Amino acid sequence: MLHIINKSHSDRSIETVLRLATQGSAILLIEDAVYAATTGNVIAAKIQAAMADLKIYALKPDLDTRGMAGRVMEGITLVDYAGFVDLVAAQPNCQSWL
Amino acid sequence: MSDDMDMDEGGTIKKFMFVNRKAPYGTVYALEALEVVLISAAFEQDVSMAFVDDGVYQLMKGINTEATELKNFSKTYRALDGYDIEKLYVDQESLAARGLTEDDLLVDVTVMSSAELAAMMADQDVVISH
Repeated sequence: MLHIINKSHSDRSIETVLRLATQGSAILLIEDAVYAATTGNVIAAKIQAAMADLKIYALKPDLDTRGMAGRVMEGITLVDYAGFVDLVAAQPNCQSWL
Repeated sequence: MSDDMDMDEGGTIKKFMFVNRKAPYGTVYALEALEVVLISAAFEQDVSMAFVDDGVYQLMKGINTEATELKNFSKTYRALDGYDIEKLYVDQESLAARGLTEDDLLVDVTVMSSAELAAMMADQDVVISH
């Protein structure tokens, strides 16, 4: 499954997704969720740990829009809009968390 | 007649603080807050802005909205001093929780401890949160 998150980790949605994502799932961080992909934030350690079991992506245009493109933590793959489509197509299903 | 009457006619100046707690671009709160702040400044009020939690992200340097085609309103923060809005307070704890420092911000701000910000907030006539 591809888990798509668009809310900042301040609302704790990412923690819920990390808890409910099965091994081998992919997580795509878009809109305000991209802050979780950056170094030095409070959830960074949890994201780092989750990358052992999950593949984590972040949408580059949304990082650019927030001035955060230069702060992405190691291990996270950046995608553009075409890459977003590829991720959706590659997974059997997806869920946009609200 | 009385001093109070004169005050009413001349308009009372109140201390307004606008508290920003949301990241920019993902929701419309940050942009709307700027609109309200500029309007309040037009009424010659004593206006300050506080940036707390994800609100500190509003002041990030290096914002580029070309790919998302969203309206880049970073410039508006730089223009605030032209409207005599120079009191920009940033919560130190919120910066630290996001791996940020004052150098990452695009305007001159006053970084405050929780206690300092709390005291500033308590001293206001009107506090509006976005």
